[in-house]
Amino acid sequence: MKLDAKIPAGPLAEKWDQHRFNLKLVNPANKKKFEIIVVGTGLAGASAAATLAELGYHVKNFCIQDSPRRAHSIAAQGGINAAKNYANDGDSVWRLFYDTVKGGDFRAREANVYRLAQLSCNIIDHCVAQGIPFARDYGGFLDNRSFGGAQVSRTFYAKGQTGQQLLLGAYSALMRQVSIGMVKLFPRREMMDLVLVDGKARGLVVRNLITGEIETYDAHAVVLATGGYGNVFNLSTNAMSSNVTAAFRAYKKGAYFANPCFTQIHPTCIPVHGTFQSKLTLMSESLRNDGRVWVPKKPGDKRLPRDIPESERDYFLENKYPSFGNLVPRDVASRNAKEQCDKGKGVGETGLAVYLDFSDAIKRDGENVIAGKYGNLFEMYEKITGDNPYKNPMMIFPAVHYTMGGLWVDYNLMSTIPGLFVLGEANFSDHGANRLGASALMQGLADGYFVIPYTIGGYLAQTSFSKVNVSDSKEFKQGIDDVQKRINKLLSVNGNRTVSEFHRELGLILWDHCGMSRNEEGLSKALSMIRDLRHEFWENVYVPGTGNDLNQSLENAGRVADFLEFGELMINDALARKESCGGHFNTAFQTEENEAKRDDENFCHVAAWEYTGDDQKPDFHKESLSFENVELTQRSYK
Amino acid sequence: MISKTINLTLKVWRQNRGEKKGRLETYHAKDISVDMSFLEMIDVVNEDLTKNRKEPIAFDHDCREGICGMCGAVVNGRTHGHEKETTLCQLHMRHFSDGDTIVIEPWRSRAFPLIKDLIVDRSALDKIIQAGGYISVNAGGAPDANALPIAGEVAETAFIAAACIGCGACVAACPNASAMLFVSAKVSHLALLPQGRPEAAKRVQAMVRQMDECGFGNCSNETECEVECPKGISIVEIARLNREFLKAEFS
Repeated sequence: MKLDAKIPAGPLAEKWDQHRFNLKLVNPANKKKFEIIVVGTGLAGASAAATLAELGYHVKNFCIQDSPRRAHSIAAQGGINAAKNYANDGDSVWRLFYDTVKGGDFRAREANVYRLAQLSCNIIDHCVAQGIPFARDYGGFLDNRSFGGAQVSRTFYAKGQTGQQLLLGAYSALMRQVSIGMVKLFPRREMMDLVLVDGKARGLVVRNLITGEIETYDAHAVVLATGGYGNVFNLSTNAMSSNVTAAFRAYKKGAYFANPCFTQIHPTCIPVHGTFQSKLTLMSESLRNDGRVWVPKKPGDKRLPRDIPESERDYFLENKYPSFGNLVPRDVASRNAKEQCDKGKGVGETGLAVYLDFSDAIKRDGENVIAGKYGNLFEMYEKITGDNPYKNPMMIFPAVHYTMGGLWVDYNLMSTIPGLFVLGEANFSDHGANRLGASALMQGLADGYFVIPYTIGGYLAQTSFSKVNVSDSKEFKQGIDDVQKRINKLLSVNGNRTVSEFHRELGLILWDHCGMSRNEEGLSKALSMIRDLRHEFWENVYVPGTGNDLNQSLENAGRVADFLEFGELMINDALARKESCGGHFNTAFQTEENEAKRDDENFCHVAAWEYTGDDQKPDFHKESLSFENVELTQRSYK
Repeated sequence: MISKTINLTLKVWRQNRGEKKGRLETYHAKDISVDMSFLEMIDVVNEDLTKNRKEPIAFDHDCREGICGMCGAVVNGRTHGHEKETTLCQLHMRHFSDGDTIVIEPWRSRAFPLIKDLIVDRSALDKIIQAGGYISVNAGGAPDANALPIAGEVAETAFIAAACIGCGACVAACPNASAMLFVSAKVSHLALLPQGRPEAAKRVQAMVRQMDECGFGNCSNETECEVECPKGISIVEIARLNREFLKAEFS
């Protein structure tokens, strides 16, 4: 199939308006005849479900947690961008668009990003109307801050809990629709498969996580908003239940997976304490404004930080990047920290950490000033590590934070399966090879509140649907059968290793070879390591309990089984992209300044992968990206 | 100098689905790093149970950074354990001593039926929000975000109430199993903001009625909820709810 992104014709700034006019509308009286399934209740899923119901569609909304309010969007801290230009500092839709395309290292679609920047303003208006308690100044107007190196103040925030407040806003809109019967809620359900009828997405097979029953649901269209796949690395800043299963099942049913190797690694996380670490905690990057990053010059130096004299410290970021110093971008900071640890210069018990030292800043500004800026972060650090960062330097290490790759979608957010739409982190569309700070919340809500309500109508109005009877349709029966077989298979291996052991091992392989820096040799090695691990999994995993009960080990086993296949897809993608860009850094392709070196002539495209069978190499499809409005540039931080 | 690892005895509530009565079972948690979180400690015990071909302890958890509200258990009689303003996932083992015995039980309330082991059904909290915990605005019709100035301190006060994570600890801590702190947090958040005023009276009545219908108890000012709330929500919110409720009833 040739990929058609369906980008509307016309000037960039008019595409979305023109497209909305051209899209066919569903007659208001007919909307109630359509049913739509939404999987996921994060920012994208909850906003989509609520808004579609407001329009008059009947919505079935699924989530794996006990309540829609738990989705992992809740953990986003920093803020949400919008091109409001309230600060009068030169921001505009065009500038937000430009910054996002450039930040994505020119691997995102211009038209999608421009639309995102346009809609950013509507999001803030709507969220304020919902009662989101954004920060305000004394005059009562909304406050903005500059975030993630942006040169304008365009980030709206609610303390360090912006994601929580925005999600609770979307959740409350959703609850309102549940109360009037327009949304039917299915919590503690996990999507196990997508059901296609006549080649169109028409329903789901889900597992009821309380009773273990396999259930089926039908609809006229299916919307996936199931988040990112960062947990393929085992340790990430994602919630424990974040997984790739829903997206991967759709991939196996024919939806192409785009740019899976584009993952973002955040430099300022709290380091791993040991084998049984279950997740990593992010701290705001703003810490690098005043903290100095260093390691001992001598590998294996076990002295306490205060006993290491100035002359025996290596402030490696300041030395290597004299003009940006500790403020180099996320990926550069992360890569250099790992490089130091790989040389044996890492600190802390595990040797997987670098110091972030505030003693100079405290000497210069006083403890009160530093506490005023970072007090809550210092408290959080002390709570988790038991160490006082006013007295001893913090220890930090990079961690997987966000995945830019996802299911391929066109301008309408529809995947290569007709009737299957993908929103939020689960799709690939707007962040290119690298996401800017405060852009994830913006994208999730733009997709849910303001894009899907229009584009899904265009699909429904133009499509004829056959009648589906869930109870006796062969497609649904087949779906149940496949899911049941897979569950039985997981339970019957009865081997000797736990699911977590496999997950940890997979995570380490990917972290070492498909993490913040990659090379062909390592990737090829990882490919065979993952295959071996996957074969061992199906021969030697042990999953306790039964299928017809609440069984968290079984849930986890299914997710890890998918990660074991998905990891291979990531590596294939990384191997095929013979350039460096954004989060994908192949050591063979770098500038003299150790910057990612793009190859715009050969790789200015989206790589979309088509499933061809288990243990088969997926087929490659290319969507060429053309940049008509911005000039491709090379970044430099020296 | 504290030791880097500790050994503990756990007494954990185990109850199968549909089973009328559960029981406390004893487990040994060995070589627990004091840097682990409480949930990571349970992970270790579960890994051990699995290796011994036994079914692991079922417990709810997700973000493990104290914001999703999914986790929670009564630890030695205290909801989310004894550390102030801390969710169970953010309680670290350095706050326990080698040789301690720890009793771990689920939230107990008539409105939170037990599902399995430490997992309870908190959907009653969603039902209360469904009754009115929102501002009725459809996407698309909002005026410019700065069209309505709201004094900084008002927004700040609303934010403090809005910080509730819906974990249900207030209910579990209350001798009456009342959900007043939870309900009042949402009522306050929305009633404080001008956008929430048009529906304020209807909202507070509907939410309080729903709370009663779900089987939560009444508030008798025990203030246990305030002490145990991991987000530090204060009973000031309950006072505000009461004012809103009285205003609504008499107007």
